[in-house]
Amino acid sequence: MITLAHYLTLAALLFSIGVVGVVLRRNALIILMSIELMLNAVNLTFLSFAYYRQQLSGQVLVFFVIALAAAEATVGLAILVAIFKKQGTVDVDELRFLRG
Amino acid sequence: MELILFYLFAGVVVSSALLVVFFRNPLSSALALVAALFGVAALFVLLHAYFLAAIQVLVYAGAVMVLFIFIIMMMNLDLTTLRKIHYSFTGIVGALFGSYLAAILILRLGYFSEAARATPEDYGSIASIGKLLFTDYQVPFEMTSLLLLVAIIGAVMLAKKEAKHAARQAP
Repeated sequence: MITLAHYLTLAALLFSIGVVGVVLRRNALIILMSIELMLNAVNLTFLSFAYYRQQLSGQVLVFFVIALAAAEATVGLAILVAIFKKQGTVDVDELRFLRG
Repeated sequence: MELILFYLFAGVVVSSALLVVFFRNPLSSALALVAALFGVAALFVLLHAYFLAAIQVLVYAGAVMVLFIFIIMMMNLDLTTLRKIHYSFTGIVGALFGSYLAAILILRLGYFSEAARATPEDYGSIASIGKLLFTDYQVPFEMTSLLLLVAIIGAVMLAKKEAKHAARQAP
């Protein structure tokens, strides 16, 4: 029998993997992908609570999160392309032009 | 049966999420992320969210990942710089922090050991979600369209800026 804790544990694992990806990797593309992983973990949490508590509102919120994630990926990748054209790199350690 | 499917898809999701973080080549990471997103979509089906599973495959695995792969191919990243492995001190501290976060989160989740209740017939169907979306969540729904419009305009402006500079420098 799958309980709510199964899904929540999986979502916690997925979120932590995303956090580790953001702090460990220096490639901005992989950082964006890790953010997608974290958003998916949150979606999974929303849906498991929606299912186990019989609240359909959780599913509607996941719909909004998916739309937000699509917008975030679009703008983030556009910024990355603009940075890559100017600086020739997407390594976040080498992008230090804001640091005086 | 359901438990076997859950562990199968959970294994797919966790292993491909780990591959996303630890692959050196961004293209391999992107393909691993597609696998992870498909696994999450399968878990959505197990949670009776059929509409959202379809949206997940269409929007994430379809649109967003195609965008990612397109950008990666456009950037044409240098493989010699990608292979350079440098795990900094802050990175190791971050990884330890991440495992600590996972441990805390998982240890706190033992209270939610409730089993699934009987689901009504129309739970997770497009009709019931649509009804909720156009009544209780009408305003956020309209806001989403505004958000997408802003995202489109932002992306176009960011991509266009460089062309304008080039045109100004040309004469």
